[in-house]
Amino acid sequence: MEILAAIVVGGLFGAGVYLLMSRSPVRLIIGLVLLSNAINLLIFTAAGLIRGKVPLIPSDALRAVEVTADPLPQALILTAIVISFGVLAFALVLFSRTFKTTSATTLDEMKATDT
Amino acid sequence: MKLLLVLPILIPLITAAFCLLFWRLRSVQRVLGVLGSVAHLVTALWLLVSVRLDGIIAIQVGNWPAPFGITLVADLFSVIMTVLAALMGLMVVIYSLASMDSGRESSGYYAFFHFLLMGVSGVFLTGDLFNLYVWFEVMLMSSFVLLALGGEKHQLEGAIKYVTLNLISSAIFLTALGILYGMLGTLNMADLSLQIRGGMNMGIVSTLAMLFLVAFGIKSALFPLFFWLPASYHTPPVAVSAIFAGLLTKVGVYTLVRVFTLLFVQDVAYTHTIILVIAGLTMVTGVLGAMAQDEFRRILSFHIISQVGYMIMGLGLFTPLALAGSIFYIMHHIIVKTNLFLVSGVARRLQGSYQLNQLGGLYQAAPALTIIFMISAFSLAGIPPLSGFWAKLILVKASLDITAYLIAATALAVGLLTLFSMSKIWAAAFWGEQPQATAAGVEQVHLPLKASEKIALYLPMIVLGLLTLTIGFMSAPFFELATHAADQLLDPAAYIHAVLGRVK
Repeated sequence: MEILAAIVVGGLFGAGVYLLMSRSPVRLIIGLVLLSNAINLLIFTAAGLIRGKVPLIPSDALRAVEVTADPLPQALILTAIVISFGVLAFALVLFSRTFKTTSATTLDEMKATDT
Repeated sequence: MKLLLVLPILIPLITAAFCLLFWRLRSVQRVLGVLGSVAHLVTALWLLVSVRLDGIIAIQVGNWPAPFGITLVADLFSVIMTVLAALMGLMVVIYSLASMDSGRESSGYYAFFHFLLMGVSGVFLTGDLFNLYVWFEVMLMSSFVLLALGGEKHQLEGAIKYVTLNLISSAIFLTALGILYGMLGTLNMADLSLQIRGGMNMGIVSTLAMLFLVAFGIKSALFPLFFWLPASYHTPPVAVSAIFAGLLTKVGVYTLVRVFTLLFVQDVAYTHTIILVIAGLTMVTGVLGAMAQDEFRRILSFHIISQVGYMIMGLGLFTPLALAGSIFYIMHHIIVKTNLFLVSGVARRLQGSYQLNQLGGLYQAAPALTIIFMISAFSLAGIPPLSGFWAKLILVKASLDITAYLIAATALAVGLLTLFSMSKIWAAAFWGEQPQATAAGVEQVHLPLKASEKIALYLPMIVLGLLTLTIGFMSAPFFELATHAADQLLDPAAYIHAVLGRVK
């Protein structure tokens, strides 16, 4: 299971980075989306995939008796999803606004502020 | 009083929230913006005094014991940075009163300005890496909005580069966090420090160290990751440029110093040598880039890069004196650089341009501005006895102490080249004649400054100029503060004890 997840993470990272290097603003955004999904999966996988073991402690015990799934990575991922949702939404608006102002279809046409 | 530690984060949040509540009342927002910044500075100074007297303070948010909950920690280095952030916030907010246009002011400028200050203070005060990521995003999100606010064409183009590269940097940071959590099952920095020291596969530690170096290197504009900075910092209104120039790259430097003194110190010969090489290259490329520019703010933007090199140089040398030098350099640099940007804004307000070939004669037109520029520019270049001279002196002495002659020579040569750029601005904008035939794109009508505007524009510059002189002429207390902060960084036992309540 871990190996499968690792391959998916690697594939998403590769696709994301590939899209980041393209000239089109739309592909750039999709690349960022893929990258953020890849990272969420990476956190999930790196913290260990344990299936069917709920992290609940029986009421008569002080600590978990057997190995349970770690709930923290899911909390981290949830936070990361919310943040990347907000940031990517902002980026989309920014790109569409820029397109309306400059009508540039590739990133190469946005060199006015470069040095 | 441990609640004090939360206040530098809470006060900007409350201020921003109230600014949003009074969305339609611009004048109320202006007052709130200033009051909030004053309160922020007061609490930050109070925190500095109590940390200086009582040592490191830590609180566990929500009373979850460390390392399970989120910890806020204030050691000397983080409170110095918080004070500087609050001070720059206050100065720039006063300057904004006269320099920001009413359109931007009524689109939430003050609210986002305070959200930015909240994010920056959060980064400085947190003791948890994932929490650090969240504060980074708070800071970035507000900086995105501030950069794009107004929606002018060049602003949007600059914002695209800034946003994209910062998102990539956050992605790399989060990747490193995921792997780190997978390896060690904790993200509390004190706990991580113990566990990494306790023995971990060197290869993985070095890989993680490099991931952090790239992620924070993008944020602090290190060679070769700095290209977003000169493409974006000259596009927004000058008050926004000034606060970005003063604070944002230094947040990256802060995190680099924190991570490479607390976590990744097993293989100093490898990691810190890389940092030292990068520092030298950053200094040189930044200053050479600046020489090729002819626009006030673009020159200053490139100088940020070269100055970041000096701060990282102290980290790369990794001796107590060198780290103290880095911290001293940060204190000096934030004040001077913010002030130079503020000066450029007034020059543009008086003569309608940032282009050096369209400026001139400010020496006669605005003598006070000239004196402020002279103090800041010469301090940046390291002319004795101004603050920049002491900062460079400490770093060069630290490198000579451990016979790192090459980096010492680089630092000195770059200082000389900095002087060249500063005298270029001096010769064109202040000393030379203003060209009569002004080209297109220059606002022809320059209303003379009203008295109230004059106060709001000049007061921050005078305060920062006096601070530069104070650090220059009475450098001993500031140097002592930097030395204490560096000692705390190099001996993390106190930090770990403050957070976890025990030492290994």
